[in-house]
Amino acid sequence: MQAEPLRFMGHARDRHRPGPFAGNGGLHLLFPATDMAVRRALSTAVSAAEAMGVGPDASGLVELVLAEVMNNVVEHAFADRGHGIIELEAWRTGQALSVRIRDDGVPMPDGEAPPARHHDLTVVYEDLPEGGFGWGIIRDLTRDLRYRRDGARNELTFSIDLDISIDAG
Amino acid sequence: MELMSRDVGDLRVVTVADARIDAAVAIQFKDQMRALIDTGPDRVVLDLSSVAFVDSSGLGAIVAAMKQAGEPQRLELAGLTRNVAKVFALTRMDRVFTIHADVATLEGLADAG
Repeated sequence: MQAEPLRFMGHARDRHRPGPFAGNGGLHLLFPATDMAVRRALSTAVSAAEAMGVGPDASGLVELVLAEVMNNVVEHAFADRGHGIIELEAWRTGQALSVRIRDDGVPMPDGEAPPARHHDLTVVYEDLPEGGFGWGIIRDLTRDLRYRRDGARNELTFSIDLDISIDAG
Repeated sequence: MELMSRDVGDLRVVTVADARIDAAVAIQFKDQMRALIDTGPDRVVLDLSSVAFVDSSGLGAIVAAMKQAGEPQRLELAGLTRNVAKVFALTRMDRVFTIHADVATLEGLADAG
């Protein structure tokens, strides 16, 4: 019976369902590592965050951080084989959202989450950067960010403060 | 990805109809912007008032479009929503672009002038 795993790969569920680690009212999603599946997962994550009482400004920042992390997974972790699965869990811990994102792609370079890249923006505009903004955004908006390689999987955990102001910085 | 373009006086206004400029549409956006900039007047304004979400891929595509506009042509931005303005602030790209509150004022000026 091959049908079951194949169906799972093609139509990974992307509806909100609390998982064993997400616990009480948390979010637990499994979905293919593609741009469009990330879009759907983000939409679900924003709805779930709002259901957890996260305000519109903070949920906008949550969406941005999750997008940056998961876009990186789509772009880099599965570059060798072109397909894979992402697991996203998020749960509220007081005034913060705790997040765990796992994938079974290639490890991060040097076994570490990349640092924020500081761009020189005083250059003539022909030389302005068109990429490399992602980790700066992630590190600015998260705390307690940890990466570990767990067997054949990548695991990134971090928290996002929900009383963060969208107008600051 | 849908971009709408109209010329008002010597100003070209490009309006993004989609709610998102993200990794899924960044390349499409960049290609469509290139065509609109190549055929455009010296001043092109990108109206982002319908865009609720831009990620770093989308931001990179907007920067690429600005670089596509070579002297004396330039690309300016208008109508950034709160979340989108935050992305520009976080990456300090708000210091690189000329950003207008809304496109209506600019159009009025272009029409009169």
